[in-house]
Amino acid sequence: MSLDPATVRRIAKLARIRVDEVQMEALRTDLNSILGWIEQLDEVDVTGVEPLTGGTQMALRFRDDVVTDGGIAEAVLANAPDRNGDFFGVPKVVE
Amino acid sequence: MLTDLTLAQARDGLRGREFSALELTDAYLAAIEALNPRLNAYVLVTGEGARAQARVADAALARGAHGALTGIPLAIKDLFCTEGVRTTAGSRILESFLPPYESTVTANLLRDGAVFLGKANMDEFAMGSSNMTSAFGPVTSPWTRAGDNRALVPGGSSGGSAAAVSARIALGATATDTGGSIRQPASFCGIVGIKPTYGRCSRWGIVAFASSLDQAGPVARTVEDAAILLGSMAGFDAKDSTSADLKVPDFAAACRRGVKGLRIGVPKEYRSEGMPREIEALWQQGLQWLREQGAETVDVSLPHTKYGLATYYIVAPAEASSNLARYDGVRYGARTEGRDLAELYENTRAEGFGAEVRRRVLIGTYVLSAGYYDAYYLKAQKVRALILKDFTDVFAQVDALVTPTTPSAAFAQGEKMDDPITMYLNDVFTVPANMSGIPGLSVPAGLDAQGLPLGLQVLGKPFDEETVFAVSAALERAAGFTALPGIRAGG
Repeated sequence: MSLDPATVRRIAKLARIRVDEVQMEALRTDLNSILGWIEQLDEVDVTGVEPLTGGTQMALRFRDDVVTDGGIAEAVLANAPDRNGDFFGVPKVVE
Repeated sequence: MLTDLTLAQARDGLRGREFSALELTDAYLAAIEALNPRLNAYVLVTGEGARAQARVADAALARGAHGALTGIPLAIKDLFCTEGVRTTAGSRILESFLPPYESTVTANLLRDGAVFLGKANMDEFAMGSSNMTSAFGPVTSPWTRAGDNRALVPGGSSGGSAAAVSARIALGATATDTGGSIRQPASFCGIVGIKPTYGRCSRWGIVAFASSLDQAGPVARTVEDAAILLGSMAGFDAKDSTSADLKVPDFAAACRRGVKGLRIGVPKEYRSEGMPREIEALWQQGLQWLREQGAETVDVSLPHTKYGLATYYIVAPAEASSNLARYDGVRYGARTEGRDLAELYENTRAEGFGAEVRRRVLIGTYVLSAGYYDAYYLKAQKVRALILKDFTDVFAQVDALVTPTTPSAAFAQGEKMDDPITMYLNDVFTVPANMSGIPGLSVPAGLDAQGLPLGLQVLGKPFDEETVFAVSAALERAAGFTALPGIRAGG
């Protein structure tokens, strides 16, 4: 299956990455070439196979549901491109 | 020269007070100053911090209160967050990010007395096999082909780490491996690199790429040096939910075990179309070396090997698209303004991410999107289960596997750039260990006809890095690999 420009635009929107029209054809070619190559997995019979979701076969641990960190607003905000007091600054979102 | 010593030799020399940690660090800083402009292996050199750490190390050595790595100068891949020291992941989007915390792996190294020389260049967000995708420019390999001065790639994504160790401008380095990013550059640069079992090293504070595949490990000059470094980097960490709560074995002692009586599997699928005959020959030579030291070699089959890469290029981009959602131009990292918040996000990510990162985020977004999840992502997870089952079945019969690390030696900068898949094929022999979580080590075993290093890969059972070290050390002893790159400290 092959991605059309509208689908590439939709994926880019979902990924929140601006794609200019001049980049569109080259990008679409690359994505289609990768997806076409991935289609070799159609050869593999996975009937009855349970998906492997993680990198470890160990059971995940539980921990106590307690606060272990916090009160470090300065450290959290130190790398913010824009801030207003103890808040991150963004363009106005409510009219 | 001080920079000629291995890590084990330098450690012993420091403890014997033959030279000081400051002298050793200064020797490395001088070598960096001389060679880094040619190699671009470091994106940041922290000379003052290194000298301060070296003075602390000297004081500890004077008191006889040394740790495993007291005074040992290392390069740190720029994927590890280092407190107050710029950490970029090779990306423009993090070009001025100052982490407010230290990654667990680097904190472990500091606990043991290591000296940090600086941050090593890498492919952007560890996505690449050549170090060509770094926002800070490519790394040049210290190696060149005989009679050909074209700049070669050091491999990737840990290309800066591998080039620095190979050129002797670091005594060892941290690295990470999501699909081969430790082992492939180690192989290209004629050094040792190990990706331990998933869960052996904490991922906390390492900029995330694909969380179910990412593992930290060292690159070093010898198998023993890698074992010493891994012993310090590894260990349980409550801050990583997938960290293994297991005792860290004495990896360095395992290097001296020998291979007598071990059964070594030889997977017939680790041959690729167009693989040079000299790689096949080196592989057979390696198996012969192990037989001569008392191991038995056994032909085995890992039938799903050929599907590893395609599976990887669904799983890794899917996880990356999720992990990289955090770069939104709001909380940290670079911002490109827009008319509204949505446009700010889109502009920030278009400007901040390079072409390969954008491609992978888009692929990952697509394979996770409504209507395609089952066909791509779920299918890939099932094939991943079959790849793991291949290894589980084979490890019922053998103690370790030996394969080539890569299907070719290092290539020139600009080669294999025509389409993304040509580059991806580099990782065909390394990806299965990430898909299954097993440990893998690349050890230099010989040179090709053009004088470039070739590595052999040793794969082991989960959490049996000790056997991996034993087999790798046996290969290292037999290979007697002493070749050095043209560009190196003291060269």
